[in-house]
Amino acid sequence: MKEFKGRVLAAGNYKGECIVSHGGLNTLATFQSSAIKHAKKVIASDQNNPDLYGKNITGIALILPQTIGSTTGGMVLQVICSMKINPACLLFSESIDSLAAAGAVLSTVWEGSDIIVIDRLGKEILEAAKSGGQVEVKEDGTVIVY
Amino acid sequence: MYQPKMKLTPEQRDILEGKQGPTKAKILETLVRYGDIFDAPELVPVTHGCGHLVTSFGMGLLKPVFRICDEMIEAGLKVEGGFTMDPRPVDYKNVKCNLLEKTVFNLIMYGKQKDYEERLLKLGMVPNDPFSCACYFKEIGNIPKKGDVLSWAESSAVNYANSVLGARCNRNSGMIDIFGSIIGYVPKFGLLTDEGRKATWKVTLKLTKMPEAQVLGSAIGMKVMEEVPYVVGLDQWIGTELNDEATGFLKDFGAATASNGAVGLYHIDKITPEAKEQGEKLLAPGYKEYVIDDAELERVYKNYPVMWKNKEKEGNLAFIGCPHLSLKQLNEWTDRLENALKESGRKKVAVRTILCTAPAVKEVFIKTEAYQRLMKTGAKLTCICPLMYANNPLTKKRRIMTASNKLRTYTLARYYKTDELVAKICGK
Repeated sequence: MKEFKGRVLAAGNYKGECIVSHGGLNTLATFQSSAIKHAKKVIASDQNNPDLYGKNITGIALILPQTIGSTTGGMVLQVICSMKINPACLLFSESIDSLAAAGAVLSTVWEGSDIIVIDRLGKEILEAAKSGGQVEVKEDGTVIVY
Repeated sequence: MYQPKMKLTPEQRDILEGKQGPTKAKILETLVRYGDIFDAPELVPVTHGCGHLVTSFGMGLLKPVFRICDEMIEAGLKVEGGFTMDPRPVDYKNVKCNLLEKTVFNLIMYGKQKDYEERLLKLGMVPNDPFSCACYFKEIGNIPKKGDVLSWAESSAVNYANSVLGARCNRNSGMIDIFGSIIGYVPKFGLLTDEGRKATWKVTLKLTKMPEAQVLGSAIGMKVMEEVPYVVGLDQWIGTELNDEATGFLKDFGAATASNGAVGLYHIDKITPEAKEQGEKLLAPGYKEYVIDDAELERVYKNYPVMWKNKEKEGNLAFIGCPHLSLKQLNEWTDRLENALKESGRKKVAVRTILCTAPAVKEVFIKTEAYQRLMKTGAKLTCICPLMYANNPLTKKRRIMTASNKLRTYTLARYYKTDELVAKICGK
């Protein structure tokens, strides 16, 4: 068990499965395919991200360094939150980037989304957490990796 | 009500409290929350009134975007200074598609294009076909001045405006772009501040030949990611004047830094405006260093993955112009293709070849004799975004070749250096 503390950008509690992206998450490439198909779950479609490609990321905690790619990124996050197929939590090891930050804010203000967003958890969380493992997220920004 | 961390003026506070209507309040709340995440102390006025929006495609899945557009129209809001847009997604006349591909484009992907464009016009989109990722071309005229504060989003346009024009804009997401343009304020952080514009990397070029703009930009983007590089030694290859040749190079270089990394601003020693004024004083204390020689560029180029299903086969479609080609680049590509065809003894290109440019540039180009020469090669000229074409899952069967590192990054297209691509296209 290992405990991390980050900055809370959208608070909430979660206990359950996590998935880890060691590289930057390309938002458009990851979510687009499932969103176009109006799928009930996001099966990550970014072929350049071997950690996530082909795996479900809906309803679980997604641990990542930052997001990368197209500046449509924030809007894409808003769309998947409105479709309610978003990850339950976005847990950033680094400071959140401007595109993901926009996505988190757009989802909160315009969609009333309950997505949990925490950043500045530190690089170590990317190694401590394993895809398929369990994490607990608390509203004060504590993340426990089991 | 959201309690902002940043300081707001009485007028801004009134907007946030809903005194100018609930929609405007939500728009301002979005901008304030966005700025608070980055510890922005205040909102600052957008001084270049003409916006530029990244979301140019009427994709059915963008229901939340359409809903917000409708809400803004209903509230009587619009961008007073107008705005330009990224390119349209389809052009069946010049980028032919089979029936199945058209069905996917029309019914599944971009079926809401017309409805979306009607909304954009009501929100202030300039009416003269302003669809290009390179809105700063003089033929389009959305050109900020040095020091102007912008509310733009398209990554390559933001990168160019910051670096080559010396304007100030963060790497905003779609929706933030139009919100800032409507309200007339954006949060002051990152690339809007003098401190945020300091370079944290010094990149020294030790090259024996002219670099490919797209490979050089890719190498730097992948190294520095979202940080600001200060590049030394490029003046040897592109001179010190921001003429058509140099700006074309920097457009392509910058787009590669932005897409292969997340660069929003670069400085080029002796060339870009802030580097000309301040030189190496732009380097932040403790900056990191990266030296690029011929071998390093070759290493980067050789490491691009080939994503085609059948890697042994030759490409069967070429896209050139991501970002859109400038008028000078269109002339250069016409000469390149014509000369290579002469050398290979062919009359027409051996592979379907599509050049992409802005509508306003195309309008000028088609009146020149070079356009007739280009058409004789068999190449086509369009104004779409090739990324949006390649996003259609059915097009993934095509083996797309390109000299654009942005297209390579976001699609399954294979990157070739310019000379290699010309040889493939012309059957050399």
